[in-house]
Amino acid sequence: MQRIRTAPPRYWLVLLVVIFFLGFPTVISSFLASEWAQALILAIAIMGLNILVGYSGQLSLGHGAFMAMGAYISAILAHRYKMDYLATVPIAAVVTGVVGFLFGIPSLRLSPLYLALATFALAVVTPSLIKRPADLTGGVQGILIVQPDPPQLASDVFGAVTGTAMTSDQWIYYITLACALILFWLAWNLARRRPGRAMRAIRDGEVAAAASGVNVAGFKTLAFGISAFYAGTAGSLFALSTGFISADTFPVSLSIQLLVGAVVGGLASIPGPLLGAIFAYFLPIGSNQWVPSQTWLPDQITSTVKNAGPAVSYGVILILIMMFAPNGMVGLIRSGYATLDRRLRGAPDPKTGQMPPDPQTV
Amino acid sequence: MGALLEVKDLSVRFGGVVALDRVSFDVEAGQVVALIGPNGAGKTTLFNVITRVYRASHGTVLIDGNPVQSIRAHNVIRHGLARTFQNVALFRSMTVLDNVLVGDHVQTRSGWVQASIPLPAAVTAESAARKRALEMIDFVGLSTHAERPVAALPFGIQKRVELARALVSRPRLLLLDEPAGGISHEEVDAMAKLLRRVHTDLGVTMLLVEHHMAFVMGISDRVVVLDFGKKIAEGSPAEVQRNPAVIEAYLGAA
Repeated sequence: MQRIRTAPPRYWLVLLVVIFFLGFPTVISSFLASEWAQALILAIAIMGLNILVGYSGQLSLGHGAFMAMGAYISAILAHRYKMDYLATVPIAAVVTGVVGFLFGIPSLRLSPLYLALATFALAVVTPSLIKRPADLTGGVQGILIVQPDPPQLASDVFGAVTGTAMTSDQWIYYITLACALILFWLAWNLARRRPGRAMRAIRDGEVAAAASGVNVAGFKTLAFGISAFYAGTAGSLFALSTGFISADTFPVSLSIQLLVGAVVGGLASIPGPLLGAIFAYFLPIGSNQWVPSQTWLPDQITSTVKNAGPAVSYGVILILIMMFAPNGMVGLIRSGYATLDRRLRGAPDPKTGQMPPDPQTV
Repeated sequence: MGALLEVKDLSVRFGGVVALDRVSFDVEAGQVVALIGPNGAGKTTLFNVITRVYRASHGTVLIDGNPVQSIRAHNVIRHGLARTFQNVALFRSMTVLDNVLVGDHVQTRSGWVQASIPLPAAVTAESAARKRALEMIDFVGLSTHAERPVAALPFGIQKRVELARALVSRPRLLLLDEPAGGISHEEVDAMAKLLRRVHTDLGVTMLLVEHHMAFVMGISDRVVVLDFGKKIAEGSPAEVQRNPAVIEAYLGAA
């Protein structure tokens, strides 16, 4: 009990998570490392969406389009213009960010529902838009991306720890992890300071935000730009990690997957996108494998899941989350912790509403 | 040099409805002016024109000599004019401190790049902003509530939070929309005391809309009376109370 009372500050938790992600590839297979890299990539994209939807309160159903854009900018620069792939990642991120910012300007005039429709339309047209300039994008054939070999130093360090040489997939995992750490750190800084507060203020009430001096239009387009910057980075890394992209790599369902991840993880929180991404990435894979192997389930259910696995499992889990944890996994954890804390500390004073002192602060 | 706020010949129409009809009055620096009138007289509409939520159909509003039409909504506060809202418009998902910090938005300049990286300047500005916000929270008497989410607080407390949010940027003119509306007797007295301190200690000029007559008469230097969008009287609280047109508007024809 005493240990819960003196619960570790959040920094310890962050450190623990970072160490976990640093060490994880040394104990899992190269293939699994590549899957986790994609989960981290999804986390970056979901963080971008979280800034837009969770913090600034603008709904986007088309963030897969920004991922596609980042992916194709990198792929084309690397494939056609023989640039070093890693150098193309920041270019893809910045260009996508600028496009997102520009997309945000006309979006200011749209009511929330129409904004959702406009972004959804963006996601719908993306695959056909990609197919059109076939010379540039490779059309339906897509573009093959040469995955980089790990540099000698990284390979040596990894070899010293695990005893086996580092594969490209493992190297890409670490690149992704580095990007994710930096981008999550930036988002955390942004969210808890002046710009993040301004965005949340806009989400909670535009008139009051403007009366407080917040440039509503400015911060809304800014949120779009930053959000697209994250999605562009994620797209660029996604192309690198799969090694091949085509128009069908970025279906409408990708945009939905991002939104599901953002909501399930917990909107307007920093750990939320990470949890949501792990969920949104592994749930369809897991349910596709697990459900058909269960003999006690009726055949109709197993065959349905086989054919439409992700959709069915997303649906079920999403309904459950909305019913029992409307603030996502992070909300669930926070309220659980708050309940525990209240049990241990005692109830607030009924007269003043004042809580007993927090053992962590005294 | 004119008054801090000048309302000149102001008319606002919504379709066929005339919400304000050629209203003129001034608010001199250092005064407390009350705007009273029956429901639907156009008081809140007037506030919304002054803070650029609505547009005037005719006439002008000058803030410190600048026509409000040429100021964008989010820049009104940069001309020293802050406001509160009739039914409290707090940022409901945020804590008291964060709400007040949003009110401090215009005092710091750190943008998204400085905040994300974070540059030392942004970090210093942030802690200075926190200090100002906590001081203002203390001024309105809510220091024990600073870290609590506003949505969980009683209405009377929320009104104080909103006041702190409006005051933290140190405005010269404060527009208060029913500061004593919807709160208990004791809270009304406490609010009157607090507003007097805002006036004397912080030197803020105030224009307030209020229905609570004892409250209005106790606090204001001058009273402007609106009825059906028209100004029907203006003067000291005592003069207005004796004015037959005002009595008729409130009580109906005798």
